[in-house]
Amino acid sequence: MGVLARVFEAAGIATVGISIVRRQAENIKAPRFLHCQFPLGRPLGKPNDVPFQLDVIRRAFALLSRTDVPIIEDHPIVVDDEADEAATCTLPPRLDPTLHPAVDEALGLRPAYNRQLLAAEGRTALGRVGGPDQIGNLITRMIRLAEGSTLGEAGFDADSVRAAAQDIRAYYEEAALALADHVPAARQVETWIYTQTETGQIIRAAARALKAAGAEQSTWYHLLPGNQA
Amino acid sequence: MSADTAIRARVGDIPVPTFDSTPVASPPPLREARVAIVTTAGLRSAGDVTLWQPTDGSFTVLPAAARDVQLSHFSPNFDRTGFAADLNIVYPVDRLNELAAAGEIGSVASRHLSFMGAQADATFSTILLDTGPAAARVLREDGVDVVLLTPV
Repeated sequence: MGVLARVFEAAGIATVGISIVRRQAENIKAPRFLHCQFPLGRPLGKPNDVPFQLDVIRRAFALLSRTDVPIIEDHPIVVDDEADEAATCTLPPRLDPTLHPAVDEALGLRPAYNRQLLAAEGRTALGRVGGPDQIGNLITRMIRLAEGSTLGEAGFDADSVRAAAQDIRAYYEEAALALADHVPAARQVETWIYTQTETGQIIRAAARALKAAGAEQSTWYHLLPGNQA
Repeated sequence: MSADTAIRARVGDIPVPTFDSTPVASPPPLREARVAIVTTAGLRSAGDVTLWQPTDGSFTVLPAAARDVQLSHFSPNFDRTGFAADLNIVYPVDRLNELAAAGEIGSVASRHLSFMGAQADATFSTILLDTGPAAARVLREDGVDVVLLTPV
Protein backbone atom coordinates (compact mmCIF):
# COMPACT_ATOMS: atom_id res chain seq x y z
CA MET A 1 0.00 0.00 0.00
CA GLY A 2 2.91 2.33 0.78
CA VAL A 3 4.39 1.69 -2.67
CA LEU A 4 1.09 2.71 -4.26
CA ALA A 5 1.02 5.86 -2.15
CA ARG A 6 4.43 6.84 -3.46
CA VAL A 7 3.44 6.20 -7.08
CA PHE A 8 0.22 8.19 -6.80
CA GLU A 9 1.85 11.10 -4.99
CA ALA A 10 4.52 11.28 -7.67
CA ALA A 11 1.70 11.46 -10.22
CA GLY A 12 0.15 14.41 -8.39
CA ILE A 13 -2.58 12.52 -6.51
CA ALA A 14 -2.57 13.03 -2.75
CA THR A 15 -3.02 9.92 -0.63
CA VAL A 16 -3.84 8.96 2.89
CA GLY A 17 -3.68 5.34 3.94
CA ILE A 18 -5.26 3.36 6.73
CA SER A 19 -2.53 1.27 8.30
CA ILE A 20 -3.21 -1.98 10.13
CA VAL A 21 0.40 -3.10 10.70
CA ARG A 22 2.21 -0.14 12.22
CA ARG A 23 5.76 -1.41 11.70
CA GLN A 24 5.14 -1.77 7.98
CA ALA A 25 3.76 1.77 7.81
CA GLU A 26 6.85 3.04 9.61
CA ASN A 27 9.20 1.19 7.31
CA ILE A 28 7.66 2.18 3.96
CA LYS A 29 7.59 5.92 4.79
CA ALA A 30 4.56 6.86 2.73
CA PRO A 31 3.38 10.44 3.31
CA ARG A 32 0.31 9.97 5.47
CA PHE A 33 -1.04 7.02 7.42
CA LEU A 34 -3.77 6.75 10.02
CA HIS A 35 -2.84 3.67 11.99
CA CYS A 36 -5.90 1.76 13.13
CA GLN A 37 -5.35 -1.02 15.66
CA PHE A 38 -8.47 -2.78 14.45
CA PRO A 39 -8.92 -6.44 13.52
CA LEU A 40 -7.23 -7.59 10.34
CA GLY A 41 -10.01 -7.72 7.76
CA ARG A 42 -11.83 -4.78 9.38
CA PRO A 43 -9.72 -1.68 8.65
CA LEU A 44 -12.71 0.66 9.18
CA GLY A 45 -13.16 -0.90 12.61
CA LYS A 46 -16.81 -1.77 13.16
CA PRO A 47 -19.17 -3.28 10.57
CA ASN A 48 -22.49 -1.48 10.10
CA ASP A 49 -21.40 1.32 12.45
CA VAL A 50 -21.73 4.34 10.15
CA PRO A 51 -20.67 7.04 12.66
CA PHE A 52 -17.58 5.06 13.63
CA GLN A 53 -16.55 4.50 10.02
CA LEU A 54 -17.11 8.15 9.14
CA ASP A 55 -14.98 9.16 12.10
CA VAL A 56 -12.14 6.95 10.85
CA ILE A 57 -12.31 8.49 7.38
CA ARG A 58 -12.51 12.05 8.72
CA ARG A 59 -9.44 11.43 10.89
CA ALA A 60 -7.62 10.10 7.83
CA PHE A 61 -8.64 13.02 5.63
CA ALA A 62 -7.53 15.47 8.31
CA LEU A 63 -3.96 14.34 7.60
CA LEU A 64 -4.15 15.67 4.04
CA SER A 65 -3.55 19.22 5.23
CA ARG A 66 -0.42 18.23 7.13
CA THR A 67 2.95 19.09 5.62
CA ASP A 68 5.17 17.35 8.18
CA VAL A 69 5.36 14.13 6.20
CA PRO A 70 5.89 11.24 6.52
CA ILE A 71 3.36 11.09 9.34
CA ILE A 72 1.60 8.27 11.13
CA GLU A 73 -1.24 9.17 13.44
CA ASP A 74 -2.80 6.58 15.74
CA HIS A 75 -6.56 6.17 15.98
CA PRO A 76 -7.32 6.45 19.70
CA ILE A 77 -9.56 3.37 19.86
CA VAL A 78 -8.28 -0.21 19.82
CA VAL A 79 -10.51 -3.04 18.62
CA ASP A 80 -9.09 -6.55 19.00
CA ASP A 81 -10.09 -9.79 17.37
CA GLU A 82 -11.75 -12.37 19.62
CA ALA A 83 -10.44 -15.58 18.11
CA ASP A 84 -10.28 -17.20 21.54
CA GLU A 85 -14.07 -17.34 21.72
CA ALA A 86 -16.20 -19.10 19.14
CA ALA A 87 -19.33 -17.42 17.84
CA THR A 88 -22.55 -18.78 19.26
CA CYS A 89 -24.26 -20.39 16.30
CA THR A 90 -26.54 -23.39 16.67
CA LEU A 91 -25.63 -26.25 14.37
CA PRO A 92 -28.37 -28.20 12.61
CA PRO A 93 -29.40 -31.61 13.92
CA ARG A 94 -28.40 -34.74 12.03
CA LEU A 95 -30.82 -34.92 9.11
CA ASP A 96 -29.64 -37.77 6.89
CA PRO A 97 -27.60 -40.47 8.64
CA THR A 98 -26.57 -41.93 5.28
CA LEU A 99 -24.44 -38.85 4.59
CA HIS A 100 -21.04 -38.03 6.08
CA PRO A 101 -21.69 -35.81 9.14
CA ALA A 102 -19.85 -32.87 7.54
CA VAL A 103 -21.92 -33.05 4.36
CA ASP A 104 -25.13 -33.48 6.35
CA GLU A 105 -24.20 -30.48 8.51
CA ALA A 106 -23.50 -28.30 5.48
CA LEU A 107 -26.79 -29.20 3.82
CA GLY A 108 -28.57 -28.44 7.09
CA LEU A 109 -27.09 -24.94 7.06
CA ARG A 110 -28.51 -24.14 3.63
CA PRO A 111 -31.60 -22.28 4.94
CA ALA A 112 -29.33 -20.03 7.01
CA TYR A 113 -27.06 -19.40 4.02
CA ASN A 114 -30.12 -18.54 1.94
CA ARG A 115 -31.37 -16.08 4.58
CA GLN A 116 -28.05 -14.27 4.63
CA LEU A 117 -27.95 -14.21 0.82
CA LEU A 118 -31.33 -12.50 0.86
CA ALA A 119 -30.25 -10.05 3.57
CA ALA A 120 -27.10 -9.21 1.61
CA GLU A 121 -29.14 -8.62 -1.56
CA GLY A 122 -27.35 -11.42 -3.37
CA ARG A 123 -23.79 -10.51 -2.43
CA THR A 124 -21.88 -13.67 -1.55
CA ALA A 125 -18.25 -14.73 -1.56
CA LEU A 126 -19.25 -18.17 -2.76
CA GLY A 127 -18.65 -19.26 -6.33
CA ARG A 128 -14.94 -19.63 -7.00
CA VAL A 129 -15.28 -23.37 -7.53
CA GLY A 130 -18.93 -24.00 -6.88
CA GLY A 131 -22.10 -22.35 -5.67
CA PRO A 132 -24.20 -23.48 -2.71
CA ASP A 133 -25.50 -26.46 -4.66
CA GLN A 134 -21.95 -27.79 -4.93
CA ILE A 135 -21.02 -27.44 -1.25
CA GLY A 136 -21.74 -31.09 -0.48
CA ASN A 137 -19.55 -32.16 -3.39
CA LEU A 138 -16.69 -29.87 -2.35
CA ILE A 139 -16.80 -31.17 1.21
CA THR A 140 -16.89 -34.77 -0.04
CA ARG A 141 -13.72 -34.10 -2.02
CA MET A 142 -12.10 -32.55 1.07
CA ILE A 143 -13.05 -35.71 3.00
CA ARG A 144 -11.17 -37.72 0.39
CA LEU A 145 -8.09 -35.56 0.95
CA ALA A 146 -8.42 -36.03 4.70
CA GLU A 147 -8.55 -39.79 4.13
CA GLY A 148 -5.33 -39.76 2.12
CA SER A 149 -6.29 -39.21 -1.51
CA THR A 150 -4.02 -37.06 -3.63
CA LEU A 151 -5.18 -33.72 -4.97
CA GLY A 152 -5.73 -35.25 -8.40
CA GLU A 153 -7.67 -38.21 -7.00
CA ALA A 154 -9.94 -35.73 -5.19
CA GLY A 155 -10.44 -33.70 -8.35
CA PHE A 156 -8.34 -30.70 -7.28
CA ASP A 157 -5.19 -28.94 -8.31
CA ALA A 158 -3.10 -26.47 -6.28
CA ASP A 159 -5.31 -23.51 -7.15
CA SER A 160 -8.73 -25.12 -6.98
CA VAL A 161 -8.15 -26.72 -3.58
CA ARG A 162 -7.47 -23.26 -2.06
CA ALA A 163 -10.46 -21.81 -3.87
CA ALA A 164 -12.65 -24.68 -2.65
CA ALA A 165 -11.50 -24.11 0.94
CA GLN A 166 -12.43 -20.43 0.60
CA ASP A 167 -15.82 -21.32 -0.88
CA ILE A 168 -16.58 -23.69 1.97
CA ARG A 169 -15.47 -21.13 4.53
CA ALA A 170 -17.57 -18.43 2.88
CA TYR A 171 -20.65 -20.69 2.94
CA TYR A 172 -20.25 -21.34 6.66
CA GLU A 173 -19.43 -17.70 7.45
CA GLU A 174 -22.45 -16.39 5.63
CA ALA A 175 -24.69 -19.02 7.26
CA ALA A 176 -23.24 -18.01 10.64
CA LEU A 177 -24.20 -14.37 10.07
CA ALA A 178 -27.81 -15.50 9.69
CA LEU A 179 -27.61 -17.74 12.77
CA ALA A 180 -26.18 -15.02 14.99
CA ASP A 181 -28.35 -12.07 15.93
CA HIS A 182 -25.48 -9.64 15.36
CA VAL A 183 -22.17 -9.48 13.50
CA PRO A 184 -19.84 -11.49 15.76
CA ALA A 185 -16.50 -10.03 16.81
CA ALA A 186 -13.64 -10.56 14.39
CA ARG A 187 -12.50 -14.17 14.02
CA GLN A 188 -15.24 -15.58 16.26
CA VAL A 189 -16.95 -17.22 13.29
CA GLU A 190 -13.61 -18.51 12.07
CA THR A 191 -13.08 -20.16 15.47
CA TRP A 192 -16.61 -21.58 15.33
CA ILE A 193 -15.94 -23.14 11.94
CA TYR A 194 -12.61 -24.75 12.78
CA THR A 195 -13.37 -25.87 16.34
CA GLN A 196 -17.11 -26.53 16.43
CA THR A 197 -18.19 -27.81 13.03
CA GLU A 198 -17.70 -31.17 11.36
CA THR A 199 -16.57 -29.51 8.16
CA GLY A 200 -13.95 -27.42 9.96
CA GLN A 201 -12.42 -30.62 11.29
CA ILE A 202 -12.36 -32.04 7.77
CA ILE A 203 -10.57 -28.99 6.34
CA ARG A 204 -7.98 -29.15 9.10
CA ALA A 205 -7.53 -32.91 8.54
CA ALA A 206 -7.20 -32.38 4.78
CA ALA A 207 -4.43 -29.81 5.28
CA ARG A 208 -2.60 -32.09 7.69
CA ALA A 209 -2.94 -35.09 5.38
CA LEU A 210 -1.52 -33.16 2.43
CA LYS A 211 1.37 -31.92 4.54
CA ALA A 212 2.08 -35.40 5.91
CA ALA A 213 2.05 -36.82 2.38
CA GLY A 214 4.75 -34.37 1.33
CA ALA A 215 2.53 -32.25 -0.91
CA GLU A 216 3.82 -28.82 -1.85
CA GLN A 217 3.26 -26.23 0.89
CA SER A 218 1.25 -24.04 -1.46
CA THR A 219 -1.45 -26.72 -1.61
CA TRP A 220 -2.14 -27.01 2.12
CA TYR A 221 -0.75 -23.92 3.84
CA HIS A 222 -3.65 -21.64 2.98
CA LEU A 223 -6.55 -24.06 3.39
CA LEU A 224 -7.37 -22.51 6.76
CA PRO A 225 -6.10 -19.65 8.94
CA GLY A 226 -2.68 -20.30 10.41
CA ASN A 227 -3.92 -19.84 13.97
CA GLN A 228 -6.53 -22.57 13.39
CA ALA A 229 -4.23 -25.16 11.76
CA MET B 1 -1.75 -12.73 22.53
CA SER B 2 -4.59 -12.33 20.04
CA ALA B 3 -4.41 -13.97 16.62
CA ASP B 4 -3.96 -10.60 14.91
CA THR B 5 -1.28 -9.50 17.37
CA ALA B 6 0.71 -12.62 16.52
CA ILE B 7 0.40 -11.91 12.80
CA ARG B 8 1.39 -8.26 13.25
CA ALA B 9 4.49 -9.38 15.16
CA ARG B 10 5.36 -11.85 12.40
CA VAL B 11 4.87 -9.58 9.38
CA GLY B 12 5.74 -6.19 10.85
CA ASP B 13 9.37 -6.25 9.81
CA ILE B 14 9.03 -8.02 6.49
CA PRO B 15 11.44 -6.11 4.24
CA VAL B 16 9.86 -3.34 2.16
CA PRO B 17 11.49 -1.15 -0.48
CA THR B 18 13.42 1.76 0.95
CA PHE B 19 13.54 5.23 -0.59
CA ASP B 20 15.57 8.34 0.04
CA SER B 21 12.66 10.74 -0.18
CA THR B 22 8.88 10.88 0.20
CA PRO B 23 6.98 12.39 -2.74
CA VAL B 24 4.09 14.57 -1.63
CA ALA B 25 1.26 15.98 -3.72
CA SER B 26 -0.72 19.01 -2.62
CA PRO B 27 -4.44 18.33 -2.85
CA PRO B 28 -7.10 20.99 -3.33
CA PRO B 29 -9.33 21.74 -0.34
CA LEU B 30 -11.18 18.55 0.59
CA ARG B 31 -14.57 20.11 -0.11
CA GLU B 32 -13.42 20.55 -3.71
CA ALA B 33 -11.51 17.29 -4.10
CA ARG B 34 -12.55 14.28 -6.14
CA VAL B 35 -11.87 11.17 -4.06
CA ALA B 36 -11.28 7.54 -5.01
CA ILE B 37 -10.69 4.42 -2.98
CA VAL B 38 -7.73 2.25 -3.81
CA THR B 39 -7.77 -0.89 -1.71
CA THR B 40 -5.27 -3.69 -1.39
CA ALA B 41 -7.98 -6.10 -0.28
CA GLY B 42 -7.98 -8.09 -3.50
CA LEU B 43 -11.51 -7.17 -4.53
CA ARG B 44 -13.04 -8.35 -7.78
CA SER B 45 -15.96 -6.86 -9.60
CA ALA B 46 -19.20 -8.72 -10.15
CA GLY B 47 -18.96 -11.96 -12.03
CA ASP B 48 -15.22 -12.34 -11.63
CA VAL B 49 -14.62 -15.03 -9.04
CA THR B 50 -10.93 -15.50 -9.73
CA LEU B 51 -8.89 -15.94 -6.57
CA TRP B 52 -5.95 -13.52 -6.52
CA GLN B 53 -2.53 -15.16 -6.79
CA PRO B 54 0.31 -14.24 -4.40
CA THR B 55 2.52 -12.73 -7.13
CA ASP B 56 -0.18 -10.89 -9.07
CA GLY B 57 0.58 -7.15 -9.10
CA SER B 58 -2.33 -6.22 -11.35
CA PHE B 59 -5.38 -4.20 -10.35
CA THR B 60 -9.09 -4.33 -10.97
CA VAL B 61 -11.43 -1.43 -11.73
CA LEU B 62 -14.57 -1.29 -9.59
CA PRO B 63 -17.44 0.84 -10.91
CA ALA B 64 -18.49 3.19 -8.12
CA ALA B 65 -22.09 2.02 -8.28
CA ALA B 66 -21.21 -1.67 -7.93
CA ARG B 67 -21.96 -3.30 -4.59
CA ASP B 68 -21.65 -6.97 -5.53
CA VAL B 69 -17.88 -7.02 -5.21
CA GLN B 70 -16.00 -10.11 -4.10
CA LEU B 71 -13.21 -10.37 -1.53
CA SER B 72 -10.75 -12.51 -3.49
CA HIS B 73 -7.56 -12.10 -1.47
CA PHE B 74 -5.57 -15.35 -1.41
CA SER B 75 -4.79 -15.22 2.31
CA PRO B 76 -7.11 -16.89 4.84
CA ASN B 77 -5.42 -15.08 7.73
CA PHE B 78 -7.89 -12.32 8.46
CA ASP B 79 -11.54 -11.98 9.43
CA ARG B 80 -13.94 -12.11 6.51
CA THR B 81 -17.29 -11.86 8.27
CA GLY B 82 -16.97 -8.09 8.64
CA PHE B 83 -16.85 -7.69 4.88
CA ALA B 84 -19.61 -10.25 4.37
CA ALA B 85 -21.85 -8.19 6.65
CA ASP B 86 -20.79 -4.73 5.46
CA LEU B 87 -18.50 -4.11 2.51
CA ASN B 88 -17.79 -0.61 3.83
CA ILE B 89 -15.60 -2.15 6.52
CA VAL B 90 -12.95 -2.56 3.81
CA TYR B 91 -14.32 -0.61 0.86
CA PRO B 92 -16.08 2.46 2.32
CA VAL B 93 -17.81 3.53 -0.86
CA ASP B 94 -21.11 4.37 0.85
CA ARG B 95 -19.26 6.47 3.41
CA LEU B 96 -17.64 8.51 0.64
CA ASN B 97 -21.02 9.10 -0.96
CA GLU B 98 -22.33 10.34 2.39
CA LEU B 99 -19.38 12.72 2.78
CA ALA B 100 -19.96 14.03 -0.74
CA ALA B 101 -23.68 14.54 -0.05
CA ALA B 102 -22.75 16.47 3.08
CA GLY B 103 -20.34 18.66 1.13
CA GLU B 104 -17.31 17.46 3.10
CA ILE B 105 -15.63 16.19 -0.06
CA GLY B 106 -16.10 17.54 -3.56
CA SER B 107 -17.14 14.36 -5.35
CA VAL B 108 -16.65 10.62 -5.48
CA ALA B 109 -14.72 9.08 -8.36
CA SER B 110 -16.68 7.14 -10.96
CA ARG B 111 -14.52 4.09 -10.37
CA HIS B 112 -12.32 2.74 -7.63
CA LEU B 113 -9.40 0.33 -7.82
CA SER B 114 -8.20 -2.79 -6.07
CA PHE B 115 -4.81 -4.40 -5.85
CA MET B 116 -3.95 -7.29 -3.56
CA GLY B 117 -1.59 -6.68 -0.66
CA ALA B 118 0.70 -9.12 1.14
CA GLN B 119 2.71 -9.45 -2.02
CA ALA B 120 6.00 -11.16 -2.66
CA ASP B 121 9.02 -8.84 -2.88
CA ALA B 122 9.39 -9.07 -6.66
CA THR B 123 5.86 -7.75 -7.11
CA PHE B 124 6.86 -4.40 -5.61
CA SER B 125 8.81 -3.60 -8.79
CA THR B 126 5.82 -4.44 -10.96
CA ILE B 127 3.61 -2.13 -8.93
CA LEU B 128 6.21 0.63 -8.72
CA LEU B 129 7.10 0.66 -12.40
CA ASP B 130 4.14 -0.78 -14.27
CA THR B 131 0.73 -1.33 -12.71
CA GLY B 132 0.99 1.49 -10.17
CA PRO B 133 1.59 4.15 -12.83
CA ALA B 134 -1.16 2.58 -14.94
CA ALA B 135 -3.53 2.86 -12.00
CA ALA B 136 -2.49 6.50 -11.52
CA ARG B 137 -3.42 7.18 -15.15
CA VAL B 138 -6.87 5.63 -14.61
CA LEU B 139 -7.36 7.88 -11.60
CA ARG B 140 -6.09 11.00 -13.37
CA GLU B 141 -8.42 10.36 -16.32
CA ASP B 142 -11.28 10.47 -13.84
CA GLY B 143 -10.02 13.73 -12.34
CA VAL B 144 -9.12 12.20 -8.99
CA ASP B 145 -7.32 14.51 -6.55
CA VAL B 146 -7.24 12.34 -3.43
CA VAL B 147 -6.96 8.59 -2.85
CA LEU B 148 -8.03 6.85 0.33
CA LEU B 149 -5.90 3.70 0.61
CA THR B 150 -7.46 0.84 2.52
CA PRO B 151 -5.93 -2.53 3.41
CA VAL B 152 -7.75 -5.63 4.57
